[in-house]
Amino acid sequence: MSKLTFNKELCKGCGLCVQACPKNVLAVSDKDSNGKGYYVVEAVNEKDCIVCAFCATMCPDCVITVEK
Amino acid sequence: MSTVFEKPSFLTDTPFHYCPGCTHGIAHRLVAEALGEIGADGHCVGVAPVGCAVFAYNYFNCDMIEAAHGRAPAVATGIKLTNPDNIVFSYQGDGDLASIGMAEIVHAATRGVNITVIFINNAIYGMTGGQMAPTTLLGQRATTCPSGRSAEVNGYPIRMCEMLATLDGPSYIARCSLADVKNVRQAKKAVLKAFQNQKEGKGFSFVELLSTCPTNWHLSPVQALKYVKNQMTAQYPLGVFKEV
Repeated sequence: MSKLTFNKELCKGCGLCVQACPKNVLAVSDKDSNGKGYYVVEAVNEKDCIVCAFCATMCPDCVITVEK
Repeated sequence: MSTVFEKPSFLTDTPFHYCPGCTHGIAHRLVAEALGEIGADGHCVGVAPVGCAVFAYNYFNCDMIEAAHGRAPAVATGIKLTNPDNIVFSYQGDGDLASIGMAEIVHAATRGVNITVIFINNAIYGMTGGQMAPTTLLGQRATTCPSGRSAEVNGYPIRMCEMLATLDGPSYIARCSLADVKNVRQAKKAVLKAFQNQKEGKGFSFVELLSTCPTNWHLSPVQALKYVKNQMTAQYPLGVFKEV
């Protein structure tokens, strides 16, 4: 059981977390944006998360907190 | 629930000003994690460079000072000599360290002063708008070499790690990449080692991190990581060049 928390206002939608995820859990949203105007990342498939934290390792802006 | 990953406490809450996908953020986090792990809280001084990381003093939860362009190792030397119990590091880019600050880094290294230098090599001048840097690859385009860097006109890129490893002063010199998870983890170990060396009084430690500049390379963040992996590591081989 995993819990991914996104600090949405820090996200710049670069997609480095999306390509790092081995289970395709994440995607950059095409609807949800933040105060800076970036489309932000979201968990589209959280049940497949294996809590490897690869996404948070590659995130340059410390957006993602990973808990299990 | 237990926390597997969260923002290190050595980083402030200020959002990074870097472009989307810039690996400066990853490098900042690695430095912050390493400082936390060696217990530098309360006795740590960082020196910010001129370049994209010029606002680094806003991001680290320790005392920071801004040095004149390229002079961070000289400033760090002064801080370390007057406050030998403090952990002192400089965080510099390639325009700062390998160009205008070449003299300062070489002399700090040859003196073997007990500081840690984090060198971000993204092969271009990021902040000023993508001009050619001393580390720009042959054939790589920049605004001051629009048809690509040529050896005849612009000379060859400088390999800082190999050059500093010829000196007797440094105790640890390593080059890592931030191109993927595996390399980021190796980079973390190198950064941690560099700070531990300082804590143990071993002397000058230098870690070069191959980094991206998606904006000035005119690549997407993901393509930029591939560029580091394929092109940059061919010119700048990874590894430990000196360990005493």
